[in-house]
Amino acid sequence: MAPLLQVTNISKSFPGVQALKDVSFTLHPSSVHVLCGENGAGKSTLVKIINGIYYPDDGDIYVLGKKVHINHPLEARRLKISMIFQELDYVENFTVEQSLFLGEEPVTRYGRIDWKTIRRDTIRLLDQEGLPYAPNTRLKDLSLSDIQMLEILKAVSLDAKIILMDEPTSAITDKEIQRLFNKIHDLRNKGVGIIYISHKLDEISQIADEISVLRDGVLVDTKPAHEFNKDLIISKMVGRKIENVYPKRKHRTPGETIFELEGLTNKPRFRDVSLHARRGEIIGISGLVGAGRTEVARSVFGLDPITSGSIKIYGKKVRIRDVPDAINNKIAMLSEDRKRFGLVLERNVKENVSLPVLEMFFKNGLNMARFEQQTVKQMCKKLNVKTPNLATLVRTLSGGNQQKVVIAKWLLKNQDILILDEPTRGIDVGAKFEIYKLINDLAEQGKAVIMISSEMPELIGVCDRIYVMAGGNITKELERKDFDQETIMKYSAIGMEI
Amino acid sequence: MKINRDVVSARWDMIKTRFAIYMVLVGMIILASFLSPVFLSPRNLTNIARQVSVITIMSFGQTLVIISGMIDLSVGSVMAFAGIMSVSTYVATGSILSGVVVGILVGVACATINGLIVTKLKVPPFIATLGMLTAARGAALLYTEGQNIYQLGDYVMLGQGSIFGIPTPIYFLVGLAIVMWYLLNHTKFGRYTYAIGGNEDAARASGIRINRNKLTAYIIAGAFVGLAGVLFMSRVNAGLPNAGIGYELDTISIAVIGGTSITGGTGSATGTLAGAFIIGILNNIMNLLGVQSYLQQIIRGTIIVMAVAYDSFAKTRRKVG
Repeated sequence: MAPLLQVTNISKSFPGVQALKDVSFTLHPSSVHVLCGENGAGKSTLVKIINGIYYPDDGDIYVLGKKVHINHPLEARRLKISMIFQELDYVENFTVEQSLFLGEEPVTRYGRIDWKTIRRDTIRLLDQEGLPYAPNTRLKDLSLSDIQMLEILKAVSLDAKIILMDEPTSAITDKEIQRLFNKIHDLRNKGVGIIYISHKLDEISQIADEISVLRDGVLVDTKPAHEFNKDLIISKMVGRKIENVYPKRKHRTPGETIFELEGLTNKPRFRDVSLHARRGEIIGISGLVGAGRTEVARSVFGLDPITSGSIKIYGKKVRIRDVPDAINNKIAMLSEDRKRFGLVLERNVKENVSLPVLEMFFKNGLNMARFEQQTVKQMCKKLNVKTPNLATLVRTLSGGNQQKVVIAKWLLKNQDILILDEPTRGIDVGAKFEIYKLINDLAEQGKAVIMISSEMPELIGVCDRIYVMAGGNITKELERKDFDQETIMKYSAIGMEI
Repeated sequence: MKINRDVVSARWDMIKTRFAIYMVLVGMIILASFLSPVFLSPRNLTNIARQVSVITIMSFGQTLVIISGMIDLSVGSVMAFAGIMSVSTYVATGSILSGVVVGILVGVACATINGLIVTKLKVPPFIATLGMLTAARGAALLYTEGQNIYQLGDYVMLGQGSIFGIPTPIYFLVGLAIVMWYLLNHTKFGRYTYAIGGNEDAARASGIRINRNKLTAYIIAGAFVGLAGVLFMSRVNAGLPNAGIGYELDTISIAVIGGTSITGGTGSATGTLAGAFIIGILNNIMNLLGVQSYLQQIIRGTIIVMAVAYDSFAKTRRKVG
């Protein structure tokens, strides 16, 4: 069979970086081709070229053996190529049917949008997929995973033959991932070719037919999936061997309790949450998306109100009405949504890092510019932030490096209680390891770390204790010796129908 | 080395976009000096500076407010109201200093009301200052019963006088440009302002007191507007309650031509200064060449849109490649 898609000798450079170098790669019909590689390896650039968002400097693209020039996403769509983005862009006030047919609205003879047909087709599509919501549901009332399903549905309704997925599982839970995989299998059986970008090695083995590994813009290997194993993929990705996914802790002997929640409630988001964290301890909060984990963190950090209950820091009851209150009580929080709550994308690295600690760099209203420059530089070096210089706009950095910038911010502030909400979301294996190590170091220094994560293995690998949340309540507290994925899963699903 | 060359070209791209506005200004000066022999005469140049000083000072305030992610539509009315109160104070007391102080205080008072309505009552800046636009004009007209105040005596020195042969408004202009530049680049307030305008959620999550900073931005802008009112009335040697109509749009266009993003987060004192002079020189050269005044408006409108179009074009190109 002729390959569905073939790219040959593609090169692309951006100012300061060679993003892709002489990359050739083939996608066959009825197959899932996984692209893996570290951040900045060029995976996203490659699919964006195929989708017509970027134009290559060099090289050719063939669809079904015919040479094509894709210089716009509309051109890609015409060639039956669809892309599901890593970060979903959607109009939250639009309804399901409006967004499904956005840009493809059928019109009547008089040029009026044919809502009747849209409604009928939407119902048909939703029924086909067994999606239980009405066509006039607004997107803001749906979960991220539901919206992602809609995106896929849209690709299907456009009769896409080639679907590009850029880290589709970075924001959804395990159960939802399974649903996505079923859909992918389904599509593959219908002859669709799928290019799937992922960092998550566990899922790669579940769905891949073929695997290609990119490193620093070069395609280092392509093989059928069964010829790869996890270790091989990792070593190809990083060009070296990583012995352990989770770094070792020297000792796990927590000190006194410095952070305590008693019956903390913010109706209707969460109720009666009690937990504590000790010096030198890493506690995890597990649960499904929507269990109320992020909401607890936001209330503790003064971003959302508290309706009842109390927060104790160093055994003393404190009042937290806003973020400055939280900061004064030695709390720092890393948000799950780094672009929205972590970074000012149009400002440079230095300004972003020093934002919460600006007093430090001012004396009598005067900016100690050199001191600031050196302090930030040291911190960036320590965290291994890859940036041309400190005057580089944060927008231009890769996801992992952006995350490190946010971490650098709070490390400079040197708080005692660190709440990390999905600290490794969307970043690659190598950078994850660095972040785990950093978390360990922080605990060693006597800080209390509270880590929220949707990746159970990560919590099990890193934490000393885990609280499980479901439906706005804490349903279980587990000591390290009792850690077990099934138990966590069981308590995550309490009060939910599976 | 490939990489080095790319870095250099990236830097050149950045310089091109960042300094485009100054190149336009220099280009206009060169063009204007060819078009009219009078243009470069000291008399004409000081004239331009004197003419643009009031609107530039107001534009500084507007720039600050826009960088914070807000807008101030009331600057024209507040300028008139502050000027009227300043003139009346001078007429009553005979003290120029009291007049200046009252003018600035009235500007600050109106801005404080704007700021409190925005930060406490959560009314969008566009609406809150739209209200002030109407109300401050009303206040100015009510106080003067719609009449102009004439014969200001020594008060005119502020706007018409000269020190060492340089018109007094230019001292104010340069002084406030330095104040603005310092505020934006070398104070915590400035850093916070950029952060808030760039991403308010992230700024809040970094522990910045958003409302306090926004209120401060309005108040500083209000002081600028108050002083502009004093200089305006002094220059025209009258208290005109109907002065400054449409200035809100002039200040916004100057800020935007100077590289201030209308959605907040970017902008600079020097950019706004350049933007003001571009408009000032454009007006001047069109007058010198005897361009019909209605036609002038069309040209001005076109230039404003073209400047912003060039800016966003340069920015998107940078983003993609």
